[in-house]
Amino acid sequence: MKIAVCMKQVPDTEASLRVRKDSLWIDEEELTFVINESDGYALEEALTIAEKTGGEVVVFSLGGERVREALRKALALGAARAVHLADPAFEGGDALATGRALAAAIQAQQFDLVLTGSQSGDAGFSSTGSVIAGFLGWPHAWLVMGLEVEDGKKAAKVTREMESGVNEIVRLALPAVIEVQAGINSPRYASLKGIMQAKRKEIAAVTPADLGLGAEEVGAAASLLETLAVFFPESGKGAEIFEGDPADCARQLVEKLRKEARVL
Amino acid sequence: MTVAEVQHADLETLDFGLSGEQRAVQELAREFAAKEIDPLVDEIDEAQRFPKEIFAKAGELGFLGVLVPEEYGGSGLGYVDYVLIISEISQVDPSVGLSVAAHNSLCTNHILKFGSEDQRQRWLPDLATGRKLGAWSLTEPNAGSDAAGTRTRAVRSGDGWILNGSKTFTTHGSVGDVCVVLAVTDPEGAKHHNISAFVLERGMDGFRPGKKENKLGTRASDTAEVVMEDCLVPDANRLGEEGEGFIQALRILDGGRISIAALGIGTAIGALKTATRYAKLREQFGKPIARFQAIQFHLAEMATKCAAAEILTLAAAAAMDGGRPVTRIAAEAKLLAGEVAVFCAERGVQIHGGYGFIKDYRAEKYYRDCKICTIGEGTSEIQRLVIARQLFKENR
Repeated sequence: MKIAVCMKQVPDTEASLRVRKDSLWIDEEELTFVINESDGYALEEALTIAEKTGGEVVVFSLGGERVREALRKALALGAARAVHLADPAFEGGDALATGRALAAAIQAQQFDLVLTGSQSGDAGFSSTGSVIAGFLGWPHAWLVMGLEVEDGKKAAKVTREMESGVNEIVRLALPAVIEVQAGINSPRYASLKGIMQAKRKEIAAVTPADLGLGAEEVGAAASLLETLAVFFPESGKGAEIFEGDPADCARQLVEKLRKEARVL
Repeated sequence: MTVAEVQHADLETLDFGLSGEQRAVQELAREFAAKEIDPLVDEIDEAQRFPKEIFAKAGELGFLGVLVPEEYGGSGLGYVDYVLIISEISQVDPSVGLSVAAHNSLCTNHILKFGSEDQRQRWLPDLATGRKLGAWSLTEPNAGSDAAGTRTRAVRSGDGWILNGSKTFTTHGSVGDVCVVLAVTDPEGAKHHNISAFVLERGMDGFRPGKKENKLGTRASDTAEVVMEDCLVPDANRLGEEGEGFIQALRILDGGRISIAALGIGTAIGALKTATRYAKLREQFGKPIARFQAIQFHLAEMATKCAAAEILTLAAAAAMDGGRPVTRIAAEAKLLAGEVAVFCAERGVQIHGGYGFIKDYRAEKYYRDCKICTIGEGTSEIQRLVIARQLFKENR
């Protein structure tokens, strides 16, 4: 099977964030970036499937120069090659513009399956995967916590997590776009050999023109969603702190949850 | 609190213009140490247990054949990568760092550097992947810094040699599978040209581990005596030229010093990170002690010394990779890094105050672990002698 994995590079969850001067995004200057958590799980799932069924895994990512580091890591983990949507025109897009670009890049090659994470650790819109599926016209499943490609490779059976702890199993005709949850598997380590082999693997940088897209169809220029501000909500407001004996605090908390919040 | 919890973003180690691959290697070692080693640190230290499970995993990832070319199953990396790996691992546990270092740069490296093609094919693939663990036996009860005073004898017998004697302080003396042993082959021969190196394997008749040492620090790294009693070793197990074992050992120790310097850096940075984290959390007089200048000055001094030791060690590693002579710079790096490890570990305990004196925090462990760095693979005093000797040679 030929599997595409879409990855986003996001700030390390341990990083301390600051709002950028223009208040439109966080200050990325001194941040460490990592592969988005659930995308890492998507990659592991893809590598495992490719090992079982044969075939190859190709990773896709959109963004500036720093994104190459995430792609290299994916190559070190076992992906065969990478496609980097590297042109500055791709950047600053909403999920629609980003999904359109990724779908075009995926469409330029033949894939049986597209895997990605269910949600990004920074913006967290959880919509790029659905947009990709929409542009490709393929079936799509979100919040997937179990995945099995059926014999004959014509369909995949996936387990999805729904509200209130209920799970469902659905079958999707392939090709399909599947968005996995963090925790679906145990991601492997790269090995030292893998890191050295990654040096010799291809990272193809592509532009909108390479994908048959005009500059106005991608990135900020094509976005229908505009960020007006990012900010840290004021902390402490509406918080009530119980002090004293823990057992007593717990009793007060349950009382409040029952009578005031009415969640119990 | 553990090192793994420390945000590396707020205390980045030195960027020595590392390549993307080197940073990836460093990141892998950091991730491995945080996930696989950190949870076991306290238990294996207290019990003096050699953590075989960590080494099995380390072998799979290539950490046990860092310098071994890919054709022998190794990772084919250089000394700069190697320093980064040992340092990252030692930040979390100097015991594991020491064992990984000894396996790579002593036993495995001796076979790689001085073994014949047959010998390399025979032992390196298992060592480089961690299927077998390496030990290296030079020191004897009466021959420590004076390695030329070796008493262990190898006497020719038919196609082989009969070895008799004992070695002390062998890293992996009890758990090792393959052991390089230095023995006198020509008692009448010229000084420094009368010792040969042999590869002994676990299970050979007359070869056994002796007493396992009960150590101050790096307690999870196995250190034991090994004993040879009429042990018959085939001549095919002799490494390199007969009589050149001592000279080989000196070359191996040049590389070994870089790895112990890396151990020192890791220990020092581990102590620094632990103390920095503690200083931010511990409150006295209504504020974190990190806000007091007395504590800040300790930390600043520790950080500066770590940076200096790290730069010097990476420079020594780069010289080694570049094929330049390293005897002096490796000794300088080992001397500085060892002393810095002891300095930082001591300050780390001081910053922790009473909590540095008990085992609830790792500060106490760094304080015990650091001391090997000024003793093992040549004491600080020997390093000074080596440096001075080179200095005079260079300025003849």
